[in-house]
Amino acid sequence: MEAAAGGGCGSGPPLLLSEGEQQCYSELFARCAGAAGGGPGSGPPEAARAVPGAVTAAAGPVADLFRASQLPAETLHQITELCGAKRVGYFGPTQFYIALKLIAAAQSGLPVRIESLKCELPLPRFMMSKTDADTRFGNPAELHGAKVQIPYLITEKNTFKRMDDEDKQQETQSPTMSPLASPPSSPPHYQRVPLSHGYSKLRSSTEQMHPAPYEARQPLVQPEGPSSGAAGAKPPRHQASLIRSFSVEREPHDNNSNYPDEPWRITEEQREYYVNQFRSLQPDPSSFISGSVAKNFFTKSKLSIPELSYIWELSDADCDGALTLPEFCAAFHLIVARKNGYPLPEGLPPTLQPEYLQAAFPKPKRECTLFDSYSESMPANQQPRDLNRMEKLSIKDMADFPVPAQDVTSDDKQEQNKTRLEQNKIRLALKSTVDEALPKDMSEDPATSKDSNSLKARPRSRSYSSTSIEEAMKRGEDPPTPPPRPQKTHSRASSLDLNKVFQPSVPATKSGLLPPPPALPPRPCPSQSEQASEAEIHPQLNRAPSQAADSSPTKKDIPYSQPPSKPIRRKFRPENPAPENQEPSSTVGGPASAVTGKPHTAVQKQSSKQKKAIQTAIRKNKEANAVLARLNSELQQQLKEVHQERIALENQLEQLRPVTVL
Amino acid sequence: MAVCVAVIAKENYPLYIRSIPTENELKFHYMVHTSLDVVDEKISAMGKALVDQRELYLGLLYPTEDYKVYGYVTNSKVKFVMVVDSSNTALRDNEIRSMFRKLHNSYTDVMCNPFYNPGDRIQSRAFDSMVTSMMIQVLSRAPCCRAGEALWA
Repeated sequence: MEAAAGGGCGSGPPLLLSEGEQQCYSELFARCAGAAGGGPGSGPPEAARAVPGAVTAAAGPVADLFRASQLPAETLHQITELCGAKRVGYFGPTQFYIALKLIAAAQSGLPVRIESLKCELPLPRFMMSKTDADTRFGNPAELHGAKVQIPYLITEKNTFKRMDDEDKQQETQSPTMSPLASPPSSPPHYQRVPLSHGYSKLRSSTEQMHPAPYEARQPLVQPEGPSSGAAGAKPPRHQASLIRSFSVEREPHDNNSNYPDEPWRITEEQREYYVNQFRSLQPDPSSFISGSVAKNFFTKSKLSIPELSYIWELSDADCDGALTLPEFCAAFHLIVARKNGYPLPEGLPPTLQPEYLQAAFPKPKRECTLFDSYSESMPANQQPRDLNRMEKLSIKDMADFPVPAQDVTSDDKQEQNKTRLEQNKIRLALKSTVDEALPKDMSEDPATSKDSNSLKARPRSRSYSSTSIEEAMKRGEDPPTPPPRPQKTHSRASSLDLNKVFQPSVPATKSGLLPPPPALPPRPCPSQSEQASEAEIHPQLNRAPSQAADSSPTKKDIPYSQPPSKPIRRKFRPENPAPENQEPSSTVGGPASAVTGKPHTAVQKQSSKQKKAIQTAIRKNKEANAVLARLNSELQQQLKEVHQERIALENQLEQLRPVTVL
Repeated sequence: MAVCVAVIAKENYPLYIRSIPTENELKFHYMVHTSLDVVDEKISAMGKALVDQRELYLGLLYPTEDYKVYGYVTNSKVKFVMVVDSSNTALRDNEIRSMFRKLHNSYTDVMCNPFYNPGDRIQSRAFDSMVTSMMIQVLSRAPCCRAGEALWA
């Protein structure tokens, strides 16, 4: 290398490179230079000649390469200074090799100094993956992830040991020769990491954020794919998918979409994860997460508050301070993207719009049993119809945001969806709202979509409530008959223990008051009970006027001997207008004549019985009321007195207490 | 030909203030500050009994030679102050009212954001864009007047 250094611009320290290092560095230099020159195969021979100024590695690929070494920026600056590129202004082979060696030193943990160039170091490691840069260089290299580095390094170490035995002087003189000899045989060794021009496309703003899984995923991301062998492409693809699935389980924030053109799409496993998170915050997937709960949750993501605020603004489409499931997924996805370095969009991307997300939901929701709650809110959204149809193909095949088309198939889809619901009324009602709302959604302008979002949000809630009202109405019609009125009075009078009395009469009344008194349960024979009932009646009559409260017991006793005592009872119920006409028929003959039988009088008697029952109940309640009111006033009086006593006692206490000086 | 929009908190410090063109910012800030006195006058003039019935739109607070200042107060004593160019004679009261209503709606949306602490400066981009659209809209009328004058001149 000294020869090269001498031929070059006189960099200071001698650079001792092993043969492996030689090969590696020259290859890398070739790539860097070749990138500048644009031609494959121009690298090694020119580098070997080491003509100063003729071959320089372009700053761009070199910078990429250095960044790929994953050293901090200051270290890289130091390295560039030390290697002399800054001094001479370009990356000649000398500078480049020195820089690479220093990178290796830094990666091994040694300080970045000239002295470390003398050490035996492993090769510098560059975390890059395959891109179409390979096609440019025409190397038959395969895709590699970080894993492939390790075996290579091991083999290199072995060769390195071997080199030690050789004469170092020889080594330094041989670098110009060896690259000439080795390149054709070296492809198997050099498949480490070709330069990735695509790397610069990536967010260079994020340095250390989960490089490995993301790197491994890059092969998937590149749409064309390198023209290298497909066999080589498959294992890393598996690797990448494995890594991706691992990262899903371990580090949810690492998840990004698989689409280079649409980083805002949510994949299936991402959605599953978001839904699980939603459920952990709020068990019912069809309701909201409140603002404060969401705030606490998203603050854990350690993004800054203004960014979180902006993400909220984007994702809360209806600005209600709460997140529904699609809004939550959109917000989560934005947070994940931001953590991985994507700049936040100006407006909500179409794939994160709530309707779009809700459309995608029924697919996973079908597995859950919670589909019904979703199916109710679904018909309120217009676009889901078409999106559901496309869902069946696959989410990945959707290239464009589907614009709802008013065709017959969408109607079929509507029917299909609605049959799941079970409500005919809802089907009809929502069909009309859908048809009129579809034209509104044709435009994708975010402003109008936001308005239509807000417009839809309100009708959505309204239609939901209307469906519930309809359901309730439907169900209200089912219970057939209102409770019959006599039963009410019956229940009210139950306190009077008239149940026993009225129960036999109730069926009679219920069936339309038709059955005549003979349907009554066996009462004491009128002829027999006349005298007995008279005897009963008299003391009862005596008792009756004494107290109003006794009306209830008398009422109880009297109806037992209903037929004979009716007219008498009525005499003492002056407020009962109807039976008063019976009074003149007076005591003994009346009951007999009444019993013998006129159905309409019996009917009258029964209704009057009920009236009496009501009236006695009323009277009783009034009395109870009066008693309680009296009691209340007495107690209040007592309370006042006690208050006064207490005040007097407190005054005394104050006077008796020794005065404290404060 | 400048327009300024300011949102003042209950404690009379600005939550959001923006003006076009930006070189005369200090003048507009001063104008808004002095208009707060007028706002307080108007509020207290309504009387305590009418607090609920008080109308939110306060109308023209005071005119100056070049500008007119309009005010609007919410029920939580958050004030919106708008400075409008006097040469913009096409602006009617209804339009000012609708502008205040839009402001109020956007302010409510900002409030709904749980990451926004009441009392912080308003940094919402949606709010910004709404205010920008309002300012540009108001600005777009003035050239019509100027063009009309130029025709006649």
